Amino acid sequence: MGLILAIETSCDETAASVVESGTNVLSSVVSSQIDIHARYGGVVPEVASRAHVEMLTPVIAQAMVEAGIEPDELTAVAATVGPGLIGSLLIGVSAAKSLALVWDKPFVPVNHLEGHLYAASLEEPDMPMPVVTLLVSGGHTMLVLQEGHGQYRLLGETLDDAAGEAFDKVARYLGLGYPGGPIIDRMAADGDPMAISFPRAMMNDGYDFSFSGLKTSVVNHVRKNPDAADVDVAASFQEAVVDVLVTKARRAVHEYGAEALCIGGGVAANSGLRERVLDVCVEDGLRALIPSRSMCTDNAAMIAAAGWWRWQSDGGASLDHGADSSLRLQTI
Amino acid sequence: MLVLVGDLGAGKTAFSKAYGAALGVTEPMTSPTFTLAREYQGRLPLHHLDVYRLEMMSEVLDLDLPDLLDSGGVVLIEWGDAILSTLPADFLEIRFTFGEGDDDRHIELRPVGARWCGREAALADALGTSIAGGEPC
Repeated sequence: MGLILAIETSCDETAASVVESGTNVLSSVVSSQIDIHARYGGVVPEVASRAHVEMLTPVIAQAMVEAGIEPDELTAVAATVGPGLIGSLLIGVSAAKSLALVWDKPFVPVNHLEGHLYAASLEEPDMPMPVVTLLVSGGHTMLVLQEGHGQYRLLGETLDDAAGEAFDKVARYLGLGYPGGPIIDRMAADGDPMAISFPRAMMNDGYDFSFSGLKTSVVNHVRKNPDAADVDVAASFQEAVVDVLVTKARRAVHEYGAEALCIGGGVAANSGLRERVLDVCVEDGLRALIPSRSMCTDNAAMIAAAGWWRWQSDGGASLDHGADSSLRLQTI
Repeated sequence: MLVLVGDLGAGKTAFSKAYGAALGVTEPMTSPTFTLAREYQGRLPLHHLDVYRLEMMSEVLDLDLPDLLDSGGVVLIEWGDAILSTLPADFLEIRFTFGEGDDDRHIELRPVGARWCGREAALADALGTSIAGGEPC
């Protein structure tokens, strides 16, 4: 057994968590900056960095108290080292390294994307392999084939906008506010997903994604049909995104003989996507690995889970390990 | 420095990708919205910036534009409209507006500052058209 304290500050959530043996969440504290950033229509990096500095110490303290453990019981201290906003990342990395030094514990650097891939394992400890994971968030959209712990193949990724970015930009264009994902999700429930036929870019072509054209298509439709109901635009837009994501993920599962389809990242909290993934898995006799919503959006428990496996395979890292804003997923 | 201005869907990212390809960038140029800036290597270094989320001066200062410009590469800024007043003295503004059809766009070039004004004739020559909408250089 091992206890990992993990710190996550890659974007706009300040989070800390203590997880036992990669699966048992003893605490998971997330302090969101959504209210702070909402008036800017998105994350403002400098504001995010300052908020992380203010929030991090109380968030870590709360994670330790809720877990009911003392520092000397920890196995290691992990932190997200990338990808993300460099100013935000550095705050979490510096804090984790300082604690590792003071408490005389190993420091384990964790890739944020690997965290999202491990979110489902917190609730499904016996994750089947190989598994195809659809990782969809504000900054990333990729299909990953995982054959074992730390063994990834990147099947495809977005060529332009991330799926979550498309949600944010469309919501902002329609004047709906920020963050766009949850707002469009709520509105889509009241709209007709078949009302407007938006394009499904590259749906039957490889595993890469493109959402820039869809965004333009929404803009064109609203310019020509100013009276179009926002709920119908939202529902039809969401339908187009979900269609492309799930069609490709399903094809990948079959092509690579995976036993399960897993989702992760902030967009994995979208109701339309969750329902469709579940439907497809029931139809095809696959296991659906759908993390609870709080484990889809950024959190530190998933970083602790990934950190646990990293600690076992790679051990601790030197304290001069830095942060990398454009860190890629290490593939085989 | 090229400053791309235009509404959502007007073609700024499409232009950036084509520009990168023409400069010899081979890796895919994805949206820099999330991380604010991405760097590519073509015949010249290409810094692709997106200031869509920035609305405060301090943010622009953080990007350290003068330093990027001194690096000898090309700086391509999307959504530059928001920060026009804070930009260094020399740049080419490229403004995208919607045309009649879904795929029609009007593109307007405006050289700003002595260096870009000095290139006006060469630009017009290269494009085989006049440079509209510019203030007198």
